[in-house]
Parts: sequence; C-alpha cells; structure tokens
Amino acid sequence: MWDYTDTVKDHFFNPRNAGAVKEANATGEVGSISCGDALRLTLKVDPDTQKITDAGFQTFGCGSAIASSSALTEIIKGKTLDEALLVTNQDIAEFLGGLPPEKMHCSVMGREALQAAIANFRGEVWQDDHEEGALVCKCFAIDAVLIEKTVRENNLSTVQDVTNYTKAGGGCSSCHEGIEDIITKVLAERGQTMDHQQPVPAVTPAKPYAMTNVQRMRRVERVIEAIRPQLQRDHGDIELVDIEGNTVYVNMIGACSGCQLEAQTLGGIQQRIVEDLGEFMKVVPAKLREQLVQIGG
Amino acid sequence: MADIYLDNNATTMVAPEVVQEMLPFFSEQFGNPSSMHSFGDKVGRAMKQARIQVQKLLGAEHDSEIVFTSCGTESDSTAILSALKAYPDRDEIIITAVEHPAILTLCDYLEKNEDYVVHKLRVDKQGRLDLDEYQDLLCNKTAIVSVMWANNETGTLFPVETMAEMAHAKGVLFHTDAVQAVGKIPLDLKSTKIDMLSVSGHKLHAPKGVGVLYLRRGTRFRPLLRGGHQERGRRAGTENSASIVALGKAAEMALEHLQFENTQVKAMRDRLEQGLLAAIPNAFVTGDPTNRLPNTCNIAFEYIEGEAILLMLNKMGIAASSGSACTSGSLEPSHVMMAMGIPYTAAHGTIRFSFSRYNKPEEVDQVIAVVPKIIANLRKMSPYWGENGPVADPDKAFAPTYA
Repeated sequence: MWDYTDTVKDHFFNPRNAGAVKEANATGEVGSISCGDALRLTLKVDPDTQKITDAGFQTFGCGSAIASSSALTEIIKGKTLDEALLVTNQDIAEFLGGLPPEKMHCSVMGREALQAAIANFRGEVWQDDHEEGALVCKCFAIDAVLIEKTVRENNLSTVQDVTNYTKAGGGCSSCHEGIEDIITKVLAERGQTMDHQQPVPAVTPAKPYAMTNVQRMRRVERVIEAIRPQLQRDHGDIELVDIEGNTVYVNMIGACSGCQLEAQTLGGIQQRIVEDLGEFMKVVPAKLREQLVQIGG
Repeated sequence: MADIYLDNNATTMVAPEVVQEMLPFFSEQFGNPSSMHSFGDKVGRAMKQARIQVQKLLGAEHDSEIVFTSCGTESDSTAILSALKAYPDRDEIIITAVEHPAILTLCDYLEKNEDYVVHKLRVDKQGRLDLDEYQDLLCNKTAIVSVMWANNETGTLFPVETMAEMAHAKGVLFHTDAVQAVGKIPLDLKSTKIDMLSVSGHKLHAPKGVGVLYLRRGTRFRPLLRGGHQERGRRAGTENSASIVALGKAAEMALEHLQFENTQVKAMRDRLEQGLLAAIPNAFVTGDPTNRLPNTCNIAFEYIEGEAILLMLNKMGIAASSGSACTSGSLEPSHVMMAMGIPYTAAHGTIRFSFSRYNKPEEVDQVIAVVPKIIANLRKMSPYWGENGPVADPDKAFAPTYA
C-alpha cells in the first residue's frame, strides 16, 4: 500500500471543489489516460482583478491524483493569475504533507492543469514541456526519460556520471542495473559498448565514527579510570598504553597480571568501553602487540 | 462489519490446521532431514509425507516428481533456465502475452541480454489463445513452451493439456505456471504430457516462502541451485521443512475441498458478479466468463480509476485488487488488460475479486451493498461522467494534453 499522509487521505475521501465550476471562463485539460491520470480544471476568473474567484476539478485518477487536484483548487482560490502561476508542484506536494516518489507526477499534473487553464483564459495555447518515463530511481524520483536525455546530451558512460548529473542512483543504489541498461542503449546508438571493467566501488564506512580520535581516547581513558579503584581493591591495576583504530592496548599490573581471570577482566573492561562509546572496541594486553610486531617483523 | 478479504489470488490465509501441523517443526522437530540421527529422521519422514500429499493433489505418477522450492517464481525460473541449458542448440521460447511477471520479466531479460527469441502468443478480447498461431511457432528451435494454466487477473483457463500434446508432437518441452490453478481445479498430471509445472504454497492456504516444481520423470533437467544432495540434487539448499510440511497439509485440504471450491465458492463468486453488474451501469466482466477459475471475477468499471476504488473499498474494510497503473506505480495499466484490447478508460478501472473457501455468503451481500455507491461517488468526480451516465462521445468530450 502507498504510504499516503493523513492530509492526502483527507483530500481524497473529502475532496474540496470537486466538479466543474459553473460559468467557468478558464479550462485546463491535462494528463495521460494511458498512465491513468487526467484532470480537467475549471476556473472562474474576475476579468478586472484577475483574481481566481472559484476553482473546480474533475479527475480520472488514483487517490493522490484526486487529492492533488483538491489541494490545487484550495491553494489557488483567491490568488491572482500571476500569483497562481508561481505555484509549483512542490507547493502542492507540501500542502499535502508529501507524496510517495511514484506519485509526484500527480502534483506535476496539478501544476500543468493550472498553467493550461490560465493559458486558456489568456487566449494562449499551452504546450506540455516534458515527457514522463518509467520511474527508475525511487529515492530521488528520477524517471527513465530524464536519465536517457541526460546520458545522451552529456555523453555519459558510467552510473557515477548519471548520479552526478541527475542524482539518480545516489541513494539505495538498487536501480543501478536499470541505469546501466539506459547507458548501454544510448552507447549502442553511437556504436559503443559499456565498459564493464570498472573496479568495484570503493567502500566507505556506512556510518562515519561519531567521535574524533582525541575524543575517543579521552572517553576510553575515563572508563578505565573509573574501573581502576575496583582493581586496586584487589591489589591490581591497569594502565592504558595505546589506542590504535578500534584496538585498546593495556598493561595489567600487580595482582591482575597473570591472574587466571585476566581474560575475563579484560572482557568486562571491553564491555564497559563498548557500552560507553557506542561503537565496537577491542581491549588487548599490550604485551600481545609486542609479540605480534615481532612475528610480523 | 468485520473485514472482508476478497484478494485470494494475491495470497491466502494460512489454514489453522496447517499452522498446527507446522508448529512442531519450529521447536522440537528442528532436525536437518539429511542428518543420520533421529532428530533428522523425523523431519525427513514428515517431508516424505508432504511430498505424497502434493503428489496426490497434482495427480503425479511418482512422489519423486515433486521438487520443493522457495516459491512459484523460483519454480518458473528453474523450469525455463533448465530447458535452455538442457537443449543448448535451441534458442526459441514460446510464452503468452499475459503470463505472470515471473515468466515475462525473465523472458524479456533472456531476449534482451542472451539473444533468445521469445514468442508471445496473443490473446483475443476474451483473453483466449489462437492455437493455430501456436502450432505454427512450434519447431525444432523451440527450447521450451511456458503457458500459465489460469490467468491470475481474470481467472481465464488456457488449454494447457492440449498445448502440451501439441508441443510433444513436435518434440518440445512444456511447462505451465499453475500457481493459480492448483487447489482450485482438479488436476491429473499423469494423464497429461505436461513436463514441468509450478506451484506456490501461499496461494492455497500454506505459508509464503514455499513452492513446488513438478518435474516429470525422465525430463532433461539442469538445476538452478547446485550444492548439497537435497531434493535428489535437483534443488540444493537445506529444506524449509516447516513450510514443506505445511504445504503438504494444505495440499491435502485443497484436495478435500475441490468440490466445495467448484460449487459453493463458485456460487459466491457468481452471485457477487451478477449483483454488481445488475446495480452498476457501464461495468463488464473481463476475460472468458465461460472458462475460468471458480473463485475469480474481474470487473471493469468504466471511466474511473482502480486505485481510487481500492482505497474506498479499503475504508469500508473490503480487500480486493486492481489492474490500474497506479496500484503498481507503473506507467501502463495491467499488461493482461492491454493484451485483451480493453480501452484505457476501462482497464484502469478493473477490480479483481478473488474468493477462497473461507469467505462467507453474507460477505457477498455486504460487498454488493457498498460497491455501487463507491463507483457512483468516484464517477461524479470523473471528467468522463455527466449527470446520469458517461458524457456523449467521451473520448472527444475530454481529450487532455499529454503530460
């Protein structure tokens, strides 16, 4: 099911200004019946003030098409034609509290109906300036027609290029196969083939560390300081030696050194550090590092 | 009013008896059926029984012809890709224009990226095939024919038994995606020439995530998943034993209820259809009403759009589905409606009501009471609808600029 906002649902179940306006003097008819969304907008415009005194819609379409039509009429009533022309599809979507990416075209249709109706009132002919394709990138609502046009006009040849130019593919990345298909098609027209020898993309940590190195070191130090009195009671102690990446090197001193429970103690300390920092850290006896260096060296 | 579920071609409720049957396999019966101890042995025996239960429902000759998979889509992919590997000198595939995406998308991919020739049989306005066209396409280049037994949107049945005979006469393998037919109409595969058949558990009151590929003994086969010896090496991967046991029980119950499905369930479907058509003008049944599944009815409500109808129905607690573009976020209405030549103004307004044996006759009355008002309310908002019916010459009266 679509994730419609409560406002979308309200405007669908209780549409405002449904039906044609009586004695309308401006009409805009837009949409595509093959896609399943089409809208007739009728306006009553005061010829002297150029104000929209009434607006009505008749829509063949889904829930969000009807809600967008309803929202449009609410937004433009009372506005002058020039003010109304400033209304964007984003305004309609925002009025509704947002629309799913697959449904953004419903708000575009609303804006276009408005432009067509105003052109009709002014005795002009409105021309559609864009063609809509199948939705490829759902994260940024970019369709195939736009991607293909951008690839062709800019001689693009990689998914990364397409992301840089259009944002498509820059989110969850699951549409990359679809983008590659479009690139392959356009390249084929030029007698070229796509380069499949690109290296695997560099992996960047999903979540950059929340802390700088200095901050992390101070936090570790604080946790260890808090633990020390406990160890000292058992005639032992612990010394922080170094922190390297996510590894904390420590020296166990006194009764703790060589204690049978050393591993357990270290485990407990590690647990405290991990909990405090909220990221994974390893606590290792410093003597192990020396051994490792020797083996490695 | 309790919610009414009329979307059983999408998925079905897991039968309570089936849930009971599978529960032990999440707890004490956790063994791996391949293991050499009693933990595994008990699970292995339960799976053997499930295999026999499915064999009986399909009317297969041997229980070893039943290969458990993860879903209908896996069964479909396995069947087609197996045929292409087993017959490397053949590069043509015959399907229909109205197959499920599990077949269509795969074949489009094979055509585009692997140079196979895919023939899509056309359908007429009632969704019926032209067997002469089919006969002409069968040749020694055909690797496999894949034709659905029943259409998921309209319920229209294809003559797959005849088509399998025709394929065999030309030495061609025949597969059928029967996920909508199994459990709804009687099957007897041993008396047919069908080589492979796909089943989906969740369409017949088993859980999601389990399916079957029926594989006639002796059929040349190449597995999709290679690995362990599960399913006699034809589908590697540790078995989903709880769901397989569940599917066995569901198959047994489906067989017991076949008559009920074709009498009582069919009667509910027919009454709903007649009731809606009598109360609503400019509505018609799509597909072939004389030759279809007993549980499915697909009605086109002209001049309004399906998603809007579904949202209104949902508000009234009624679940159904639509062939409109908007419900799937695509740019075209259902390919099944387009293949039948249903005009856009009707195709977008198609609603599928699909029953199961768990529906109640009184639910039919409740739906008939609600739907006409919903349709009328939406039509009031439609640019194609006037005071008391469609505007004269609708396509000319409203001709929007393409956007």
